[in-house]
Amino acid sequence: MTLNPAIMALVMVSIVVCAMLLLASGFAVRVLRYWDIGSGSERQLGLERQTYLISTLLIWAFSFELMSLLLFIYNAESMSGQFVGAMCATGVLNVNAWGWPTLFVKVAVFFVAAVWLTLNYLDNQGYDYPLIRHKYFLLLAIAPLVVAEFVLQLLYFGDMDVAVITSCCGTLFSSQAEGMAAEVSALPPKPMMALFSLVGVMVSTCGIRVVLRRRGTRLFAWLASATFVIGLMSVVSFIALYIYEHPHHHCPFCILKSGHGYVGYALYVPLFIATASALSLGTVSSLGKSSSLTLAVDRLLLRLGWLAVAGFTLFYLAAAWAVGTSNLTMGDVWW
Amino acid sequence: MLAFLRKQKYLIDYTLASLLRRKGKNVGLLTVYTLIVFMLASVMLFAHGLRHEAGLVLQSTPEIIVQRMQAGRHAMIPAEYLQRIGRMRGVTKKEGRLWGYYYDSAVKANYTVMTGGQTDAVLSEIAIGSGIARVRGLAIGDYLTLRSQSGDAFSFKITAVLDTESELVSADLLLMAPGAFRHVFGTEEGLYTDLVLSVRNPREVSKVAEKLAKLLPDTRLITREEILRTYDAVFSWRQGVVFILLVGAVLAFVIFAWDKASGLSAEERREIGVLKAIGWETADIMRMKFWEGAIISLTAFLIGYVAAYVHVFFASASLFEPVLKGWSVLYPRFRLTPSVDGLQAATLFFFSVLPYIVATIVPIWRTSITDPDAVMR
Repeated sequence: MTLNPAIMALVMVSIVVCAMLLLASGFAVRVLRYWDIGSGSERQLGLERQTYLISTLLIWAFSFELMSLLLFIYNAESMSGQFVGAMCATGVLNVNAWGWPTLFVKVAVFFVAAVWLTLNYLDNQGYDYPLIRHKYFLLLAIAPLVVAEFVLQLLYFGDMDVAVITSCCGTLFSSQAEGMAAEVSALPPKPMMALFSLVGVMVSTCGIRVVLRRRGTRLFAWLASATFVIGLMSVVSFIALYIYEHPHHHCPFCILKSGHGYVGYALYVPLFIATASALSLGTVSSLGKSSSLTLAVDRLLLRLGWLAVAGFTLFYLAAAWAVGTSNLTMGDVWW
Repeated sequence: MLAFLRKQKYLIDYTLASLLRRKGKNVGLLTVYTLIVFMLASVMLFAHGLRHEAGLVLQSTPEIIVQRMQAGRHAMIPAEYLQRIGRMRGVTKKEGRLWGYYYDSAVKANYTVMTGGQTDAVLSEIAIGSGIARVRGLAIGDYLTLRSQSGDAFSFKITAVLDTESELVSADLLLMAPGAFRHVFGTEEGLYTDLVLSVRNPREVSKVAEKLAKLLPDTRLITREEILRTYDAVFSWRQGVVFILLVGAVLAFVIFAWDKASGLSAEERREIGVLKAIGWETADIMRMKFWEGAIISLTAFLIGYVAAYVHVFFASASLFEPVLKGWSVLYPRFRLTPSVDGLQAATLFFFSVLPYIVATIVPIWRTSITDPDAVMR
């Protein structure tokens, strides 16, 4: 199984990113122990010089990470022809116990990487490395996550058995089955729709308040996380049904296919961007303001705020469009 | 935003000029880089094209093939098996097929012989694939003589040469009437090579196969999905093998790129010193070097990919053909349908651009932290 080129590429990327992160972690430990901006010692000068190398390394590492998330999903999609019972990515992820955890960890790495890149960007704006400790502290938290991703992914690809009959979206996302996917699919659509709309209103109001008044940034980050989770659950619970125009098909991956007008991208891309911006915004605003950054922080918060609001708006518009233009009517069934 | 874009534009401007100033070195790097992309992309496009083609060919084949097994070997299947199957829910069509191989000692090649299906076809007429026509120098109206099981020679009038469009499957094909087939191969009336069943709903295929397995225990069932799955796995496996072989080349390229990026000439060193002395910061130098890498990578990727595209889809991938598709006397000459997909391009990116970037990060950093006074002194 591991001789598939896309799998080889994914494993290679994982190894490279792991190596980069471990290298950077070693540096992070040294920064946390010895960093002293007031000192003119040789060690301090060396550290200052190396920050350039490390932050370039990490920018690349996290860009590769983002691309590997996409490649991972595409690959799962394209391998669906090789497994009995698999018709889309769901079936391939379900081939063994490691598929879904790998995807979840990859998504988690995507979000922390986005926050880290924002911190890094901001840190580079100030002349006195104001956020350097926060930045490298966060990095030490990301490193285990990346290593975990590498191990999980290796287990996942190594354990793939073509003889296993996997269950695909038809059975996994059905209310009769057991497990998390089934529970999400079995969520009652009516309260789910209400909840979905409610968080939508809350997150946009809060976002606009953040943009206009610069208040409630932390609340916004929490709300955005909630919107992300509820948004994904809503896709499985009822939005997908409207896109497929089928009352029992809940798959969150098939909407990425050409047969459904790639509408999945219109949902996921804004949702991921918006959530990443909101999380970065929350993190940046909760750090103590340094004098060299006041202006830069204000400008960045405004930008991130707008980006998040725009992202969530697009996500909700796409969802509303998918539901509104669908030929499926569940009016008599659901209420 | 505008200021940012303008700054990048000036940086690119400068980088391009500086790349052109050292033509020799950069053209060398670009050539090696392009070759790497070209080789990897050729393998990829070719394997993908074959997989695509296999999928297209198999699209119109029947869902289930029933073969009778005797002592672990494929045996002729009696026509009464069709009655034994009877009416089965979900099966829209079932029929017996006659096919086999004919070894032609004149050209040392195997022909695939099939029956056209219609029972009223003229016994002495035959249609041949374009591969056979090419090898034997035959045209419509000529006669082709085949030796039958009993040693008698039968002459067939060629009424059609199958078009080159379907050459991938029809190059070595002979189509004759069922009666003629039975004469040539000595197959008794009432026996078929195998049976095929069409099932309209793909979800019912496995259920139908299960019922058949119970009903006809001495048969082997092959579903179309299984064949497709096998092709899919085999082609990506072969592609993977070629990739493993090319890893050595990629590693050599990494070392080459590392060496090129770290071995700066005295002139380049002085240039960076001057830039720093006139106010460029370390980050600016790194940005400039980033653009340098981006320009080289993009150019190499585009040229390599386009060259591979031409190589695979217009020159029939002459370099890798034997490894990826196999060979024989009557090999079909075919042109793959051009097909490109995002997954392949992304994988290719990870195999070529990523190693280059990783190899050059450290040398670039070393270059950009150079102290101006140290180099200009």
